[in-house]
Amino acid sequence: MNRPVAPDALVHYVASEKLADLKPPASVLPPWPVALFRTYFGTPATAAITLVCLAILAWTLPPFLSWAFINATWTGTAAQCREAGGACWAFIGEKFWFSVFGLYPYELRWRPATVLVIFAVMVALSTQRLFWRRELVYAWFAVLAVMWGLMGGSVLGIPIPGLEPVATRLWGGWLVTIFLSVFGLAMAYPIGIMLALGRRSKRPIVRALSVTWIEFIRGVPLISLLFIATFIVPLFMPQGVEIDRLIRAQIAFIVFAAAYMAEVFRGGLQAIPKGQFEGADSLGLNYAQTMRFIVLPQALKITIPAQVNTFIGLFKDTTLVLIIGIFDFFTTLRSALGDSNWLGFATEAYLYAAFVYFIACYTMSRYSQRLEKDLSPERVR
Amino acid sequence: MSTIETPPATKTAFWNDPVKRGLALQTVLIVFVLLVVWAAWSNMSANMVARGLIFGWDYLGRPANFAIGEGLIPFAPTDSYGRAVIVGLLNTLRIAVVGIILATLLGVALGVMRLSSNPLLARLVSGYVEVVRNTPLLLQLFLWYAIINTLPGPRQALPLGPGMFLSNRGMKVPWVEWSDVLWPVIWALVAGIIGAFIASRALQRRREATGDAPPTLPIAAALIIGLPFLALAVQGFPATLTVPVLQGFNFTGGIELSPEFVALLLGLVLYTAAFIAEIVRGGIVSVYKGQWEAARALGLPAPRIMRLVILPQALRVIIPPLTSQYLNLTKNSSLAVAIGYPELVHVSNTTMNQTGRAVEVILVFALVYLTISLLTSAFMNWYNGRVAIRER
Repeated sequence: MNRPVAPDALVHYVASEKLADLKPPASVLPPWPVALFRTYFGTPATAAITLVCLAILAWTLPPFLSWAFINATWTGTAAQCREAGGACWAFIGEKFWFSVFGLYPYELRWRPATVLVIFAVMVALSTQRLFWRRELVYAWFAVLAVMWGLMGGSVLGIPIPGLEPVATRLWGGWLVTIFLSVFGLAMAYPIGIMLALGRRSKRPIVRALSVTWIEFIRGVPLISLLFIATFIVPLFMPQGVEIDRLIRAQIAFIVFAAAYMAEVFRGGLQAIPKGQFEGADSLGLNYAQTMRFIVLPQALKITIPAQVNTFIGLFKDTTLVLIIGIFDFFTTLRSALGDSNWLGFATEAYLYAAFVYFIACYTMSRYSQRLEKDLSPERVR
Repeated sequence: MSTIETPPATKTAFWNDPVKRGLALQTVLIVFVLLVVWAAWSNMSANMVARGLIFGWDYLGRPANFAIGEGLIPFAPTDSYGRAVIVGLLNTLRIAVVGIILATLLGVALGVMRLSSNPLLARLVSGYVEVVRNTPLLLQLFLWYAIINTLPGPRQALPLGPGMFLSNRGMKVPWVEWSDVLWPVIWALVAGIIGAFIASRALQRRREATGDAPPTLPIAAALIIGLPFLALAVQGFPATLTVPVLQGFNFTGGIELSPEFVALLLGLVLYTAAFIAEIVRGGIVSVYKGQWEAARALGLPAPRIMRLVILPQALRVIIPPLTSQYLNLTKNSSLAVAIGYPELVHVSNTTMNQTGRAVEVILVFALVYLTISLLTSAFMNWYNGRVAIRER
């Protein structure tokens, strides 16, 4: 306010504390029991819906609760589980560390454990917008290399002194799921940006190649890519050259994720108003500068929620490596079902897996919803 | 007054000439891609020779020597691999069509229920949607398969509805058995659909010209349902409804759906329906409140508001993601390979294990899925062009 104020008119009223809310007119607000009743039993239709819902809950919840909690066995042996008749969470307790580390050599488990801790710290840092700077991206790539080195005992084929090499077929559990999804995203991100730019390029060959990649990958089920990686890619290699099976699956994931990320980025690029390009042109920026300084920062930012959603899909899809026999979390857990001491607890194992995936995906989706609110267009511009 | 001197035309270096630079870049790119393809191809040829494999389609004609549990057309182990692929494809289409219909019905219902003014219902549905959307489909398929396998046998089968029973042998449902008169009925149906199309066009023209015409929907429905019905009536209704009945240790009558089919269908429908529910909810919410109010101000009755004002606008938002969910369901049916329903990928996997023809087999099923996807997206582009808001 730039209104000129007379010096002696500076005496004004400022509320120092919040005034009490006015009550709504009595006729509008019924007492809460009445409001509650109206919400659930106000009309015959609402009442019927409420009753049906309550009936469904009454029919399903008590048996489930008594199975999962009241009759459940939390510690003990398979025999005790069978005697109690309820859920056998003792089985999950027995196999928990196996589901985290898989067949990784027991005495070397400190290495994947360290990897998990580093990963958790990085994730925690990355969720804070305070740390959203270019250095975070470099840090991620460095950390991913360290994680890979710690797990396998070598980086890009160069052994790390003091670390015993561990073959990837011994990797398993949470670690493999994390590697498949996080490496998949990290590598798919730059490739996806290039594909999205290529799809909008003026150059016909660049465009044709990008469109072919994106449409082919999105048109076939992920299983076919995993099959190609498992059965056909070895045929493409010169004789004597062999790529590790896990790395082949990892490449299939990157190729897959890149196509989907590219479509996300394309949506972001399309949302950038033409004036931004024209503004960049009038400043004399060339194509690379326009993209680097003007277009991509905006396009990437507005698609962050969509990126998180794509990542959630990718994370869930890592379970498909079960079909080609790679020991991710779910496959490891399923292999634990074959333990002859603990037969017949498949439902518990599946619920445990579902719980872990749900916590991870639900957290991410809530986070993406919060970001969507924080980064909504009127705030970005 | 000074004159402006134009600088002498300097020769631009070719890397600064956008046209030449583009040409150079694209040449490098295409040469690189061709080199990679050539290297892969020559390596593959060498590797296949080394392993005694030959690329070719001759295997499609050879007897398959494996049995397929279920299918729309009969298949014996002496039939060819080519026929096995077709059986697998038909099984994929069967699960896709049934799955899409059921997932749409359930998804729309859930989407509307999530908007209910009754918080109990809205919360229950949103809980369901969140749990299902945030767990992997493969896990859900295994869970359903495990649950079906722990069900009691046919004698203590769970009754699900009139004439429907679920047991560890799968599901029994009533079925209409036709004697050999299906073709006239199908022709009558085709004629009915064409007739309804022509009639709706004519009525629309008349409505635009005169402002008045009999309503389209009853006439179209009468043609589409009435003509096949007439064809049946002329032949004296040669169909019999068979309902499953427990006799001794098993059911007679009706048709049996295998446990694998039921688990896959259940998993795909419940999973896709959760996604469809979100799409439907988003579509309805996207129509501005003002549209309801304006329609009410015009004096339209509620059903017409829904049909003429809200739905056309909501559908514009709903249809594109809905189609991609249909495609996802079709592609996700390939997860059946893990639980053993003999669809395209499962049959292909068996073929691959028996013949070692990895390249050919994977090429076949990838191309089949690619064709389905491209046809669908072609349809989508056509549809989007039709319903897009025409901006002035």
